[in-house]
Amino acid sequence: MGDLFTTVSSWLSGILAGAGIPPEAAAWIFAVGRAFLLGVSGLLLVVFLIWFERKAVARMQDRIGPNRVGPYGLFQTIADMLKLVLKEDMVPPRADRILFHLAPVLAVIGVVGLWAVIPLAATAYGVDLNVGALYLAATGTLGTLGILMAGWSSNNKFALLGAFRTVAQLVSYGVPAMLAMLVPVLLSGTMSLPGIVAAQDGFWFGFAAPLAALVFLIASLAEVARAPFELLEAESEIVAGFHVEYSGIRFGMFFAAEFLHAFTIGALLAVLFLGGWQGPGAAEYPTLGALYFAGKSFMGYFLLVWARATLPRIRIDQMLDFCWKVLTPAMIVLIGALVMVNRVLTESPIWIRGGALLGVNVIVAAGVISLLSRSHPQTPVGAHGRPPLPGAQPCATTGMGDEAGEKPA
Amino acid sequence: MISDWGFIGIFFLLAIFFPVVPILTGVLLGPHKPGAVKNETYECGIRTRGPARIQFRASYYLYALVFLIFDIEAVFLFPWAVAYGQFPLYAAAEGVLFLFLIGAGLAYVWRKGSLSWQ
Repeated sequence: MGDLFTTVSSWLSGILAGAGIPPEAAAWIFAVGRAFLLGVSGLLLVVFLIWFERKAVARMQDRIGPNRVGPYGLFQTIADMLKLVLKEDMVPPRADRILFHLAPVLAVIGVVGLWAVIPLAATAYGVDLNVGALYLAATGTLGTLGILMAGWSSNNKFALLGAFRTVAQLVSYGVPAMLAMLVPVLLSGTMSLPGIVAAQDGFWFGFAAPLAALVFLIASLAEVARAPFELLEAESEIVAGFHVEYSGIRFGMFFAAEFLHAFTIGALLAVLFLGGWQGPGAAEYPTLGALYFAGKSFMGYFLLVWARATLPRIRIDQMLDFCWKVLTPAMIVLIGALVMVNRVLTESPIWIRGGALLGVNVIVAAGVISLLSRSHPQTPVGAHGRPPLPGAQPCATTGMGDEAGEKPA
Repeated sequence: MISDWGFIGIFFLLAIFFPVVPILTGVLLGPHKPGAVKNETYECGIRTRGPARIQFRASYYLYALVFLIFDIEAVFLFPWAVAYGQFPLYAAAEGVLFLFLIGAGLAYVWRKGSLSWQ
């Protein structure tokens, strides 16, 4: 019973062969069934994720969270879904109808599509693409396109502002996310995701390149546009941003896509940096590997929830500066150094190579931190407050007597 | 047998099906009572003036352009990252040179002020 997936699939193919179905057609039925199973379980997972996140965030903020519908409020999400389905479906006047209808569909495709290549266990994955990492980068962009379409087509100024911010934010953070995804590829020498997991046997890339894992986590957090990076739907600034004109289940689709995307980031972190299904005994018992993978994915997802509950929203200029002036140059330097070290030490034992790679990460991280602390010296709390927005007029009527006004700019 | 990309095709067809079914259900089950005020664009209750698609600041455009360049360069790095281990050392060094060129481009854009939010 160690390999549940192979057992089930060979049992099913036995049934299909017994029913007199030719192997060609059986392969098609298998493929459709596998795709259906992956997609449906992803969407069903969302029901649980929404409940989990509401409960976890509530606990961190000293609240109780949903506790009325079902035991521990477990059925709250189902009740919400029913409500959303029964709501009136509205299209604003003068909206671009085609794009408006296409946008939520694209947002979901961009996330569900990622699960086609993510290896759940040694023997359980949708497909082993030889360009898996590139496929992830390409498919993930579809969601961004959906958000951009939603904001543009709504004919609403707030939605359009949300769409502009999408361009600036999601698109910018795509660069460090892709560069961070490059690190497991160059350490394993393959773009196939099962290949990357297999290469991490006893040598998790998260330990060899913790800085890349951290950059991947931060950039992906920005790409799913959740707090502290949820500028495109900042409700205190632009109402609800790109989805302000969406009602009922159309909005629900954006919502579901966002939650599933957050969990997918956790899964990708597990696959690329935490060894995927690798763990003690996972090679012999793939079912156990699937459990390891689920645990690691949830850990990554929990980090995202934690960040959401803890951190305040970041201003757009600070966010873009952090992407282009910190993360991207750091990743370029890191990749260059990692490649040279990895290439020179190809023949040496794994602990020397891993140690050297870790050393490179530590040096680059220390360099980034020392440069940052030199260019952004910490001001004592209460002296200045936050630095002003570039180009902002000094406020004449603060009445706070702040020293910042004394310096002629 | 089905090729890898055949499976991706099946997966995408199903992925279209997943959001479309709930949306169609919502359209069928939800009420339909349009009203002049209800249908208006929602901008916090203030009456909408003029079209929404107006001229916007060029900073966004600059970021999109810079992204385009860097993303394509990052895509170029993927095949090299797969292959550099099988080539002599100078192939890896050439890749690092390419990275250096990317870095120089970034420094140029930075120096030009395109990365400063205005």
